[in-house]
Amino acid sequence: MRLNLTVATRDGTEFVRRVEAESGQKVADCYQCGKCTAGCPVTFAMDLMPHQVVRLLQLGLGDEILESKTIWLCSTCATCTTRCPRNIDLARLMDTLRSTARSAGRTKAGKGIAQFNEVFLDSVRRYGRAHELGIGLRYNLKTGKLFKDSDLARGWFLRGRLKVAVPKIRGVAEIDRIFNEIKRMEGGK
Amino acid sequence: MRYSYYSGCSLHATAREFDLSTRAVCRRLGIELAEIPDWNCCGATAAHSTSHLLGVALAARNLALAGEQGLDVLVPCAACYQRLAVARKEMDQNSELWKRVVRITGRDYTDRVGIKSLLEVLAGLDSEQLAAQVVRPLEGLKVACYYGCLLVRPPAVTGFDDPEHPRTMDRLVRLAGAESVDWDYKTECCGAAQGVSNEPVALKLARDILEVASRAGADCLVCACPLCQSNLDARQGHVNRAYGTSLKLPVMYFTQLLGLAFGFDERELGLDTLFVDPRPVIRALG
Amino acid sequence: MPRTGVFVCWCGSNIGGVIDCPGIAAQAAGFPAVVHSVDYKYLCSEPGQNMIIQAVREHRLDRVVVASCSPRLHEETFRKVLARAGLNPYLVEMANIREHCTWVHGAEKEQAQAKALALVRRAVAKANRLEPLFESTIPVTKRCLIVGGGIAGIQTALDVADAGHEVVLVEREPTIGGNMVKLDKTFPTLDCSACISTPKMAAVAAHPDIRLYTCAEIEKVTGYIGNFEVTIRRKARYVDHEKCTGCGTCWEKCPMQVPSEFNAGLGQRKAIYIPFPQAVPNKPVIDREHCRYFTTGKCQVCAKLCPAGAVDYEQEDEVFTEKVGALVAATGFQLFNWSRVYGEYGYGRYPDVITGLQFERLVNAAGPTGGKILRPSDGSAPRTVVFIKCVGSRDESKGRSYCSRICCMYTAKHALQVLEKVPGAQVYVFYMDVRTAGKGYEEFYQRAVREGVVYVRGRVSKVYRDGERLVVRGVDTLLGRPVEVDADLVVLATAVEPAAGAGETARLLGINADRDGFFQEAHPKLRPVETHTGGVFLAGACSSPKDIPDTVAQASGAAAKVVGLLSREQLSTNPMIAQVNETLCTGCFLCVPVCPYKALERRKITELLPGHPPREREVAGVNPGLCQGCGACNAVCRAGAVEVRGFTNEQLLAEVDALCL
Ligand SMILES: Cc1cc2nc3c(=O)[nH]c(=O)nc-3n(C[C@H](O)[C@H](O)[C@H](O)COP(=O)(O)OP(=O)(O)OC[C@H]3O[C@@H](n4cnc5c(N)ncnc54)[C@H](O)[C@@H]3O)c2cc1C
Ligand code: SF4
Ligand code: SF4
Repeated sequence: MRLNLTVATRDGTEFVRRVEAESGQKVADCYQCGKCTAGCPVTFAMDLMPHQVVRLLQLGLGDEILESKTIWLCSTCATCTTRCPRNIDLARLMDTLRSTARSAGRTKAGKGIAQFNEVFLDSVRRYGRAHELGIGLRYNLKTGKLFKDSDLARGWFLRGRLKVAVPKIRGVAEIDRIFNEIKRMEGGK
Repeated sequence: MRYSYYSGCSLHATAREFDLSTRAVCRRLGIELAEIPDWNCCGATAAHSTSHLLGVALAARNLALAGEQGLDVLVPCAACYQRLAVARKEMDQNSELWKRVVRITGRDYTDRVGIKSLLEVLAGLDSEQLAAQVVRPLEGLKVACYYGCLLVRPPAVTGFDDPEHPRTMDRLVRLAGAESVDWDYKTECCGAAQGVSNEPVALKLARDILEVASRAGADCLVCACPLCQSNLDARQGHVNRAYGTSLKLPVMYFTQLLGLAFGFDERELGLDTLFVDPRPVIRALG
Repeated sequence: MPRTGVFVCWCGSNIGGVIDCPGIAAQAAGFPAVVHSVDYKYLCSEPGQNMIIQAVREHRLDRVVVASCSPRLHEETFRKVLARAGLNPYLVEMANIREHCTWVHGAEKEQAQAKALALVRRAVAKANRLEPLFESTIPVTKRCLIVGGGIAGIQTALDVADAGHEVVLVEREPTIGGNMVKLDKTFPTLDCSACISTPKMAAVAAHPDIRLYTCAEIEKVTGYIGNFEVTIRRKARYVDHEKCTGCGTCWEKCPMQVPSEFNAGLGQRKAIYIPFPQAVPNKPVIDREHCRYFTTGKCQVCAKLCPAGAVDYEQEDEVFTEKVGALVAATGFQLFNWSRVYGEYGYGRYPDVITGLQFERLVNAAGPTGGKILRPSDGSAPRTVVFIKCVGSRDESKGRSYCSRICCMYTAKHALQVLEKVPGAQVYVFYMDVRTAGKGYEEFYQRAVREGVVYVRGRVSKVYRDGERLVVRGVDTLLGRPVEVDADLVVLATAVEPAAGAGETARLLGINADRDGFFQEAHPKLRPVETHTGGVFLAGACSSPKDIPDTVAQASGAAAKVVGLLSREQLSTNPMIAQVNETLCTGCFLCVPVCPYKALERRKITELLPGHPPREREVAGVNPGLCQGCGACNAVCRAGAVEVRGFTNEQLLAEVDALCL
């Protein structure tokens, strides 16, 4: 499919500007050497290579990125950031793209991880702590994969490594306030 | 030496052994740990993936609480360590962000405390002090030190060891009398972040690490991160199932290894509750 | 009242495209003493210059203001115009409305217009107070000293000496030849490097007008263009080269093995050694750090065996001074030390990851393997060789931001050499861009591709060991896929950077280095072999990465400049230097220590005051040969007794008033 650059670069600038502002990265700095892709541990599962994500940003093609699995598969290991010869913090850029996708409600490509994040944060919000057992159970309920990792859970449980009791901190109200304040500042979501 | 202790959520559950062994080793070395009162979860990957501000704010509340204690913070978990360190660095460098976070948390974060990983602190002790505690040198044990991502990357935040070829843990292992094998997967990502939502990804990365370590001649692996540990240890069975391999490489916390050399018994260190039982390898040493 | 003319230049659209030049000229017509004011497209052109000359005659102008580009570029041009018009050349003042105005304020035209006008007003204020200045002359010492004996220094030395002037060549290594003589074949013609460079080295040794110092460095430089005095320290070599016949008994019998610098660490040499068989001079030196006698007090094998009795453990450093009229910096380059920062390529822990220079020694018939490409780890022939370009070049995070310019070509050369010497070998080159500007260069690269070298577009992220494998993990960005190669040998094209100690050399020679440490040319386009310090010239890779053709061309260019200078009997001096008003000077001598050129001295004068007997006292005096007109003395003089001609207090204050009042 031939790409109309006139349209893409004209219509995409606003998106790119926001991503750059939020991430603090300048995508024009990237010279497409591909070192990020060469070192990224998860490329075998990605549909867009990390350097292609930056390339799409350079051309203003944000939509393709938000629809991709790549931003959700990125494990924030920062191998790319550490080795980029142009000092681009690609891991941070990936963070920004994930949160952008989330606020735009475009989490289809990363459903599993988005749901996991939600359940995880829900636990943090309620108790101030991540309650591993609860998170696992609720994640399985949410995704309908009821027995996922049940062997691990059993293993942990038998070894006394899963806490059933919920660890609630005294300052849960404070945590709730943090979530609310951020929601207010960032508008919605 | 006294530190604010930020154990993090995992160390109270699936990574109980890390907490046990950390406390044991620190006690022996005269490092006093004062748990941060009413600390909260650092948010790990979920928070910063969702909102940058949330990632910083959740960490910042802990920094503020530690500030009241007036001590540097010691963090065993690599993930928690990196989140706290990132938050601190970003707030130090960006006063706008700092002001926003103070508004969000309602807590003033002005007493800037240092954030130290447990590995950094122990590796900073001098050799004699450590060697003096070694009553059972683990001679003949070949150990692959696995640092993972978050202890060493991004170097602008962590910075206490080399991101490509770190050495701090290797030094501790050698002080414990064991041999640290030279291998090149010390800082490759294990994919733990994908463990729950995208297991095949995590299994491939875990397999690569376990196999490279085996080929390098390691009898066991030590690490400093609960996420890595559970991914490499608890999921090792899944790796074998998925790839038809028969890996059986014990994965311990480096504090468990130190604890052994310091003469603690296996149960005190939680060596009996790992998935791949390390005890046969250790007992074989005699 | 002076009669001042103002000439505003458009510089095509450089200035004219941003501001309204006719408008400036019209307004300047109203400035004090201005009797003529016009604009023109290109004032530096022939018609532009003639226009000024005509205007001077027609309007009887005696001061000229040119509003155009930087005086660095054209002040000299317009001074000559004034001379042709019959005026003292120092009666011109320039207003830089290009670099200081339109180039940087292209987006804010209105403010640019106002700024340009202010700059012209300033220039007029100064011009109205300019005084004629007169040059004086100094003699020229017709000799030249060259620092660095690589191909650049060698070529310059031969050219200058062949033109009939004496040359002093100072090289810090035990032999001349530099990096070129270490190379095997040279692109793009693949002629043997030693075959074309060693004859030149021999010519240097044999030339009656070249005096060679090896194991030597310059220690101090005083003086000025035409009259420098250079102090040279020659390190003790512990071998008397007058007696030594170069027979070789000593280095055969010496018991100490040391990694050979000449072979880039791949082979061994002895503690008493010549770097390679064709070294010039062809006589050995003792490496004190590794010599058994010097380190343990026992041995003396070489002294015992030397038939000429040339070994002399008591030899000391020698210090020489040379008087010369011109200096040439030809200190060349070194390769970036990748093993300090490239952890992802193993920090130099793998013996089979080597640099391009090490590869040159491996393929060289005179090298440690006799020209066979063998792996340093186990001496086996590599089947798969991977070349990685831009290691440290174009990499701000770890190395240097610039392109090292020679690596694309030498990597193509190396790749071809592997194919030629190891039948059936697989060769991969990881690259970001292939840059092959040069005669026959692109064709050379295409030849490598046709002969089967696989070019992969992408950077390598990691080189690591897994069991017996040496794995190169890269990417093919054209495919959009990560790739992996099981390599036997990995060759890194590491960045070219200034030679160690270049900063110190620059300081001694009084020249500037750019932000990367390369020596700064006086003008990157128009004066590429000159520096801002009169009489100091540049040759070769010390001013930027260069291949041999460019190095030699520049070296001959520098030689032409040197010969041009040395062929003159006398030099005129810059009159814009400090002068002391002796009546005002109180003799406090605060100026003496602040002068960076040591141009101020105490001088006795006899003062005759009416009604008093003659009185002797000390005042400051300026050595016109040394003074560079920097003005440091002016700033510290409390009595206001010392001023720089062409920048007097009165002139400067008039400029400030014109800008601020
Ligand atoms: C791997 C490799 C392959 C190459 N292949 C080719 C090729 O095939 N074709 C080609 O055209 N070019 C090639 N080149 C480039 C070539 O080497 C350079 O163009 C050439 O060497 C530059 O010569 P130079 O005299 O300026 O510098 P150098 O060769 O570096 O010589 C500088 C000399 O100055 C001396 N020196 C330095 N500092 C001081 C000091 N303070 N006091 C006294 N002496 C000092 C040094 O010891 C040295 O002898 C290659 C380069 C490399 C690295
Ligand atoms: S490593 Fe950096 S410069 Fe290279 S492609 Fe990736 S983001 Fe761009
Ligand atoms: S941070 Fe994400 S994109 Fe970068 S290397 Fe790691 S997984 Fe790949």
